[in-house]
Amino acid sequence: MTTAAIDTSETKEYFINMGPQHPSTHGVLRLLLTLEGEIIKNVEPHIGYVHRAIEKMCEKSSFQQIIHLTDRLDYLSCHMNNEAVCLAVEQGLEMEVPERVKVIRTIIDELNRISSHTLWWGVMGMDMGAITSFLYGFREHEMITEIFEETCGARLTMSYNVPGGLMFDIPPHFQKMVKDFLVHFKKKLPEYDTLLSNNIIFTERTKGIGYLSKENAIAFGVTGPSARASGFACDVRKLKPYSAYHKVNFKEIIFTEGDCFARYKARIDEMWESVSIIEQLIDNIPEGDYFVKTKAVIKLPVGEYYQSVESARGEFGVYIVSDNKKNPYRVKFRSPGFANLSALNKIAQGCKIADLVAIMSTLDLVIPDIDR
Amino acid sequence: MNEVTEYFSDIFKGVRSLLKGMSVTGYYFLHPKEIITQQYPENRDVLKVPERFRGELVMPHTADNQHRCTGCSACQLACPNGSIIIVSDRIETPEGKKKKIIDKHVYNLAMCTFCNLCVRACPTDAIVMSNDFEHATYDRGDLIKILNQPGSKVLEGIEE
Amino acid sequence: MKILSIYDFSNLTQAIHTWLSGKMSVVSTQVVEMILVGTVFLLFFAVLGLVLVYAERKVCAIIQVRLGPMRVGKWGTAQTLADFIKLVFKEPLITRDADKFLFNLAPFIIIIASFMAVAVMPFAKGLQAMDFDIGLFYISAVSSIGVTSILIAGWASNSKYSLIGAIRSGAQILSYELSAGLSLLTIVILTGSLQLSEIVESQADGWWIWKGHVSSIIAFVIFIIAGTAETNRGPFDMAEAESELTAGFHTEYSGIKFAFFFLAEYVNMFIIAAIGATVFFGGWMPLHVGNFEAFNNIMDYIPSVVWFFMKVSAIIFLMMWFRWTFPRLRIDQLLTLEWKYLLPLSLMNILLMAFLSLMGWHF
Repeated sequence: MTTAAIDTSETKEYFINMGPQHPSTHGVLRLLLTLEGEIIKNVEPHIGYVHRAIEKMCEKSSFQQIIHLTDRLDYLSCHMNNEAVCLAVEQGLEMEVPERVKVIRTIIDELNRISSHTLWWGVMGMDMGAITSFLYGFREHEMITEIFEETCGARLTMSYNVPGGLMFDIPPHFQKMVKDFLVHFKKKLPEYDTLLSNNIIFTERTKGIGYLSKENAIAFGVTGPSARASGFACDVRKLKPYSAYHKVNFKEIIFTEGDCFARYKARIDEMWESVSIIEQLIDNIPEGDYFVKTKAVIKLPVGEYYQSVESARGEFGVYIVSDNKKNPYRVKFRSPGFANLSALNKIAQGCKIADLVAIMSTLDLVIPDIDR
Repeated sequence: MNEVTEYFSDIFKGVRSLLKGMSVTGYYFLHPKEIITQQYPENRDVLKVPERFRGELVMPHTADNQHRCTGCSACQLACPNGSIIIVSDRIETPEGKKKKIIDKHVYNLAMCTFCNLCVRACPTDAIVMSNDFEHATYDRGDLIKILNQPGSKVLEGIEE
Repeated sequence: MKILSIYDFSNLTQAIHTWLSGKMSVVSTQVVEMILVGTVFLLFFAVLGLVLVYAERKVCAIIQVRLGPMRVGKWGTAQTLADFIKLVFKEPLITRDADKFLFNLAPFIIIIASFMAVAVMPFAKGLQAMDFDIGLFYISAVSSIGVTSILIAGWASNSKYSLIGAIRSGAQILSYELSAGLSLLTIVILTGSLQLSEIVESQADGWWIWKGHVSSIIAFVIFIIAGTAETNRGPFDMAEAESELTAGFHTEYSGIKFAFFFLAEYVNMFIIAAIGATVFFGGWMPLHVGNFEAFNNIMDYIPSVVWFFMKVSAIIFLMMWFRWTFPRLRIDQLLTLEWKYLLPLSLMNILLMAFLSLMGWHF
């Protein structure tokens, strides 16, 4: 059914509330859809259902306490969020952390990225109607979660970083666990391709759907795999290497198609890159301390500090204004989900409801990250 | 003619990709050993919880009911959620000095986010995170715990 | 073809008939027999629903590397019964401004439609409630009544999600009815009869899926695709489309009325599988391989009902396997698949079969 076939003077637009309780908004996001038949005319995201005033809470917390709040932004890339705060504080204290810390942070970052992407892959399949992929994705996610559990005692909200280093040293069998996982994961990743990437129904539903141009990606501030699929090189790991990223060789995954399939493929390829990064580092963890002792009460010199990291969804930035007190004067988080969501209306216009679900999946939205 | 062959090769390729997908799920159907589900309450005895797992805050006591907490309130200050409240008491030491000691270490499990900051802040290593994760209760009041056991004393020599 | 007399149900049904006729008048015999058959089918429906839902949950669980229901009864066998009891006790909610009469009517139409289709199923020799000479035509006519129920449910719910689901389903089922019908006609060319018992009898010396060469294999593939689409199951579950329309046409239904829709889905799946088994796989005919007398005799000892249900469950498993592997199609792709691929293919296929039949190239 094309729009041309319908006499538009006779048809009327109508509204549908997608969410706040809806299986494919992955949280409490409310989309107000303006529809004509099944064709989307306008998407208006209404956010704020899980707003917890985290930025305001940060103003009342010490710098150590901020970290556990950042766990609760984008809970799927909590380690990157933690790291951003720690790097910003370390930058303020002009502190150099040991090499060992940098390498471990990088490994955990990449494990976290894989765990986030496997979960995204499963959920993407589920949104497309292939519920089985959800369980397969979660299987690999769970294995990484177990590694985290052994390493820092928490599965999801890790709080593994502290200003100056890490909360614990890695457990003695950490390397073996990670290597075992990589062996398993490299066997399972091609399975992901057979199940979804090469499946004709899946490719038909994603190729050419939800086009985001490079200009629009830059204009809306879209970052992460979603933007790289449109040809926008924005990987913070490459542009401003932090931790141990300057030491490893990895490709920045760039596609130019800008459609749902490119965004999907960018994430799948990014998992392979993450695997290669971990493999380069896992045998070369330098000996040394796992943290530098800081004062019990950290006070940053008066000034502004910004540190961005590449989280699983894009550029995650922490902006701290300090007035030399034990609490920051102001904290602002630049969350990738918020910027990515802003492009949704541009992408989704003219698509069908089913396409909207695919687009939202490929933008990989995590609602607490958007609402904060 | 070209379009016709394309039409049929499209069908062929499509069907092939679908069959490949089915072979993956078919493999798992024929290999029930791949099942990863754990039957939780049944496997409680063999359940392995990692040593570092942060389940709840506890205060270890020695056999003669002594703990290491001096009541310095460092954990209370470190806690981001206010889930620890130290209720202190003043006693008179044999030398006649007034001294602050711990009366109650109140820990509200319901508010705890298991960030481990209190354990890190503790100067005497008096509190640790235990592996126990089965916290469900019928009464919310049960989640407010007093960590130091009744009648317990501070271990000698900790305060120096 | 000799069927062991102990497995011939016509003796049993005949005996019941004569016994009843001896007791009462012709009319009351008819009435009693109807009630008897109705009760048997009702019980069959209930058991079928419970078994199929359990089977689906277990199959999907194993495919998804989980265990599935394990708590209620040994291996969770009583889980569906527990679910059913829960659904019975749930409050049947009706949305505000819903068309109450139609809203309540819809679940009954869908269940009646599938109930009617089972009437002509030849479960075994002589075990068939009605043996129309237009049995196949009757089934395809009756099974498309179900779509009215979905349309009514979607319209009466006064919910946009339900309406979109219903409209999608309407377009879908009407289109796929064509392919399903044409692929069945392909076999009818060979049988020369629409009567289901005769279609089964005609396969005594081999099932049509072998005898009809490539043409009947294509017909079967088309039939199974169209059949899955007609039952609104994944990858064609456009009408429900959980991740898009929450639950599609039955979004607003709860309690026992929801259970009716749920049951109807599984009964429809059984009906499609049963038609497939009857037309392509010889119904209750045992498997015979060429001249292996010993093998064929052993096969004859397996009761025909068992054969029927074995074939049906194989096809049902195939449909479950589809569902838990593939992503869902989009509505326009669904219609493209039907009108640009399946329909031309089945038309070509029917010509091919007619040619094969004319030349006598089938076995």
